[in-house]
Amino acid sequence: MSVRRLAPQEVQPQHFAWSAASQEKVAFWLGKYPQARRQSAVIPLLWLAQKQEGWVSEPALRAIADQLGMPYIRVYEVATFYTMFHLAPVGRHHLQVCGTTPCMLRGSEDLKALCRSRIGPAFQVSDDGLFSWEEMECLGACANAPVVAIHDYYHEDLTAESLGALMDDLAAGRNVTPGSAIGRATSAPEGGPAVLLDESLYDGHLAAPVKLPNLPEPA
Amino acid sequence: MRCLDGRIRTWGRCGPGDRDGDRGMAKIIVDDVEVDVPADYTLLQACEAAGAEIPRFCYHERLSIAGNCRMCLVEVKGAPKPVASCAQQVRDQRPGPNGEPPVVVTKSDKVKAARNGVMEFLLINHPLDCPICDQGGECDLQDQAMAYGRATSRYDENKRAVEEKFMGPLVKTVMTRCIQCTRCVRFATEVAGVPELGAIGRGEDMEITTYLEAALSSELSANVVDLCPVGALTSKPYAFNARPWELKKTETVDVMDALGSAIRIDARGPEVLRALPRVNEEINEEWLSDKSRHAVDGLRRQRLDRPYLRKDGKLAAVAWPEALGAFAQRLKGDPARIGAIAGDLVEAEAMKALLDLLRGLGVANTDCRQDGAAIGTSGQRGEYLFNTSIMGLEEADAILLVGTNPRVEAPVLNARIRKSWLQGALKLVGSVGEAVDLTYPAEVLGSGPATLEELAKGKGGFMKVFMEAERPVIIVGMGALARADGAAVLKLAAEIGMKAKVVREGWNGWNVLHTAAGRVAGLDMGFVPGPGGLATAAMLAPGALDTLILLGADEVAAPASTFTVYLGSHGDAGAQSADLILPVGAYTEIAGTWTNTEGRVQQGRRAIFPKGEAREGWAVFRAVSALAGSVLPYDSLEALRARLMADAPVFGGLDYAPGAATPLDLRLVGTAGQVERTPFASPVRDFYLTNPIARASEVMAQCSALAASRAATPALVAAE
Repeated sequence: MSVRRLAPQEVQPQHFAWSAASQEKVAFWLGKYPQARRQSAVIPLLWLAQKQEGWVSEPALRAIADQLGMPYIRVYEVATFYTMFHLAPVGRHHLQVCGTTPCMLRGSEDLKALCRSRIGPAFQVSDDGLFSWEEMECLGACANAPVVAIHDYYHEDLTAESLGALMDDLAAGRNVTPGSAIGRATSAPEGGPAVLLDESLYDGHLAAPVKLPNLPEPA
Repeated sequence: MRCLDGRIRTWGRCGPGDRDGDRGMAKIIVDDVEVDVPADYTLLQACEAAGAEIPRFCYHERLSIAGNCRMCLVEVKGAPKPVASCAQQVRDQRPGPNGEPPVVVTKSDKVKAARNGVMEFLLINHPLDCPICDQGGECDLQDQAMAYGRATSRYDENKRAVEEKFMGPLVKTVMTRCIQCTRCVRFATEVAGVPELGAIGRGEDMEITTYLEAALSSELSANVVDLCPVGALTSKPYAFNARPWELKKTETVDVMDALGSAIRIDARGPEVLRALPRVNEEINEEWLSDKSRHAVDGLRRQRLDRPYLRKDGKLAAVAWPEALGAFAQRLKGDPARIGAIAGDLVEAEAMKALLDLLRGLGVANTDCRQDGAAIGTSGQRGEYLFNTSIMGLEEADAILLVGTNPRVEAPVLNARIRKSWLQGALKLVGSVGEAVDLTYPAEVLGSGPATLEELAKGKGGFMKVFMEAERPVIIVGMGALARADGAAVLKLAAEIGMKAKVVREGWNGWNVLHTAAGRVAGLDMGFVPGPGGLATAAMLAPGALDTLILLGADEVAAPASTFTVYLGSHGDAGAQSADLILPVGAYTEIAGTWTNTEGRVQQGRRAIFPKGEAREGWAVFRAVSALAGSVLPYDSLEALRARLMADAPVFGGLDYAPGAATPLDLRLVGTAGQVERTPFASPVRDFYLTNPIARASEVMAQCSALAASRAATPALVAAE
């Protein structure tokens, strides 16, 4: 975690306006709340603004505040509270590298070192505009540590090599598959199950009816 | 809000149900003392009622409850952990197994240990810079660290550092000292009604700031300095000036607006260093407007410290005897061609002495209404008072503002209206006048007298509701009265008042909001034109008078042909055009009486002595009366006050607002006449520069410039 600030003035655009596609989604979210409670939509709207522009700019904050009838500072508070909102432009692929204890123990330091060498310092967009990265607090996928979130998806069980390959694929515009980089099914053991291997466990004989002693007599 | 026990409570403490009396009481045992308290009291309030002192940082009686500092931990029997006493209500506590009252312990070892732990966490990131901190000596954290702090720190890491924030010319920030109590955020949002402060970031990186570091756009912004329990927000003009124990503290009355807020003047030697609010629930609670607080540096600049007499077209310094001689000489002229205008900040004693002096000489041309407000001559005292009283506004359910912008004319009163609106008692506010942001929703019904005519006929949706209100209030401002057609406008307002029956049994909703601290006292003593006398405008006509006495009146332009005697404290407009200048003390330098807009008579005390050769105003008139051959019958302030009370008994009731007790017949208010089409405009064009003291103040000049630049650039304020 670090102190979060809005991007400097020279980076900020002059205006913000919803695109036609976003407008539809904005209407959907606003429709979920009564008019007097429309500020409930602040997080979805910030999220939509980020989807549209790639980041949340200062004019976007104000536009959303005006739309929801909120003081600017209240929207500013929300946007700076949640690290999922990018307050400055990011690369086309923004890597959110988890650095919390389980991921660190499983090698996230290597991932960060790779990001640093291939992209540059955190929050800095690479020269080709393709990548940027930041360290996140716990992403909540500790069983598959270390984890990197790219766009809306988790890439798990990474090593410096597999993350490097992943970035190569992204740079080349190839489709990447989210999930475990070593083929685990969700958080199942690596290389398949190691216990409860006896096939008979699953043939149904253990589920045979049991006579319970205190069942009421059938009528 | 009136609760069961008859006391008015601040908002946030009790719900709307209290008005109906369904509040209910509950018993609770605090440190073996059983107390009976309202069930919606917080544990903290119940503990205080039982005499137990609870430390706190984030909790404040007049703000909503945040519960984030954790300093107020107490032990509740049956609860597994210490609980934050500010955030739990008595009614939610579990009784004992046999229905005994809940038991709270505030002095156990567990409580002490818990608070020690909280204090240790608070101090982890708080710098140890008390020797260079302006809050030192009056700091909650410092005080409570003495009780709950460890002797040494166990923390070896670096402390966090936070960038400074800009919050305008009044509030100095050292944000590293902030303990995130959020009192300032809640004050700005709730009381001041300008939601511009907020907490950005989270966790250790949470910071208090304004949006894009704009200065607070509130007239009450400097109150956050008082609220801050640590040295994060301190007073910028007072920075590094003094330690609290060096200051001589004098409790007195504010004169920057007509509310008469309770203040404390802190002075060191001959200098006033700061003005702070005192608690007065009936007027200012514990708030103070920025002008009342920070215009005091104007008491050091532009001062008149010796008499001046114009000789050969130039003002020359003269000694008192020569100045008084010249004054007496003028007073011996034709009484019909002598006149006097009393200014806005003048104390009752000086006005009384001048009035007695002139009446003794047969002069009828006297007026205390330098703005020419058409009020105060009908003989009905209730006509020109704020009869509902400031505290009474909390019971109002509908308010009609006529030609007034209370936000700049009386910011503390405006905060009271906002409080009433937030509490839910006040449901409807209509305004005839300028469309301004009052910090609460107000329907602009129109801009001028034409709208009043409509309202007086009972037309419009607003009047329909207003006439059915249980506790309707009309507030007439000087913007409606200080006009050529003021008396006719007053009549229209009174007609609306009669239609809505604002004066009824046990309720008086007829209010005049004055802007001058000395005005009501002047009207009470009859400092208005005597029989056949001229009013302000007539006195100022060229050739009308030979001699014009301006007692602190700076907002009028005396004609060049008239010999002008100016008595005042500052070299402002009045002094520049005067032919004879007699220096008198400012409000901090005299013992004086002021009557606020409610008709509440209050006595101020002298904090420092007048500058140089300046004297108290009444003493000047007593001295000149002997030379003019009409000796005033009092030689001391006490004798003068006795005379004042004898002539106008209302001056005997100190610190008392008559409220609904003042008889008032609205039929006799105002005079029917033709009204003009011009819209109402508040007389306060620049909140920060309304009087000579404020105009001499550097701080007020900065505030004024900032407000002007904010008005020039399209505002970054939320569209609400």
